[in-house]
Amino acid sequence: METAVANTRTSLWSGGRSPFNVSYGKLMMWFFLVSDSFTFGAFLISYGSIRFSQNDWVDHNAVFSKFPGIDANLPLAFVSLMTFILIFSSVTMVLAVHQGHKMNQKGVEKWLFLTILGGLGFLVCQALEWTHLITHTHEVLVNGVLQHWGTTTSHNPWGPHVMFNGAMVATPGPVAFGGYFFGITGFHGFHVTCGVIINIIMLIKTKRGDFQMRGHYEMIEKAGLYWHFVDLVWVFVFLCFYLI
Amino acid sequence: MSLAVSTPLPSTEADVAHVKRIWKAFWILLILTILELGLGLTIYFINLGANPNELLVLVIKGVICIFTLAKAFYIISIFMHLGDEVRSMILTIGIPMGLFIWFIIAFIADGSSYRNLRNTDAGSRKYIEQRERVHQPALTPAPAEKSDKKLD
Repeated sequence: METAVANTRTSLWSGGRSPFNVSYGKLMMWFFLVSDSFTFGAFLISYGSIRFSQNDWVDHNAVFSKFPGIDANLPLAFVSLMTFILIFSSVTMVLAVHQGHKMNQKGVEKWLFLTILGGLGFLVCQALEWTHLITHTHEVLVNGVLQHWGTTTSHNPWGPHVMFNGAMVATPGPVAFGGYFFGITGFHGFHVTCGVIINIIMLIKTKRGDFQMRGHYEMIEKAGLYWHFVDLVWVFVFLCFYLI
Repeated sequence: MSLAVSTPLPSTEADVAHVKRIWKAFWILLILTILELGLGLTIYFINLGANPNELLVLVIKGVICIFTLAKAFYIISIFMHLGDEVRSMILTIGIPMGLFIWFIIAFIADGSSYRNLRNTDAGSRKYIEQRERVHQPALTPAPAEKSDKKLD
């Protein structure tokens, strides 16, 4: 094996074969994902930069402490559910790709359907979380007057607490928090939405038997690469907004 | 359309091993996520105390970052099959990612420097640290120190 590689090394880039041993489409999907990771990276690093420039940031365990339908203090609970949903939909996607390698149409349909369900479940969770953050108001001391603010791109009621009339009251926190949170999770949610649409198209094409006719399921592999990337980005969004 | 339906290829031993590997990666990801959540809750409970140990919190956050990188490695190498590609392909994707090392250090240091410049009016005065923690009421904030805080 070693000698075989050594012998072909000179002719690897001289044409007639794929040097990376992948198809054009798959390689371009990889290059797109590299560029997209820099887009997300730039957003997250800019968030980090602004966060480091502030003396006080928000306490994420206080902001993300509610589970829909349960009136209790549960930090991290809802976002863990979202993370588990996305990891599970990633594993169903990789199993769909595997069934595609085996030319098993029924298997691809089954696992792809579960992946779409996972993606939709994640989006529903995100919609619930956003609604809660925006509509649920908190008491804030603004210029000596108590007001009630929701968490939006222009209002942040999660600043440091001060003593006011014998009680501890929050003051406005850095405005940037809402912008970064809704901007980055929104951009990620947009990617998930695109992924769900792509997977639905793949499911329709699978059901029509297009890939059986073509003789391979490479489109499922490309959709799978994109879907795993979305999961990968969530791992970092989860880290930056909810854990540290 | 359904005329084209062919029978699936028979399952070989390599397939069984491959599917096993996928599920193994899934369990590793699940366990790493649960460990991260445990550490996240640990930080939460440390911060509930009267005098949170900031160094300990920082160390825990570092461990969480390492777990996240491990998760990223498993997703990319097993779920995205990059580990099974040829070496030059792995390097073509991997080497540009090295830019992130500079990217993160440079911009975090930049933000940190900005904070320092603001706190000391570009080095013209000493920064008097004014801890306004949740458990430590600041009674009457000095007007001079409020310049960096927007209250609108």
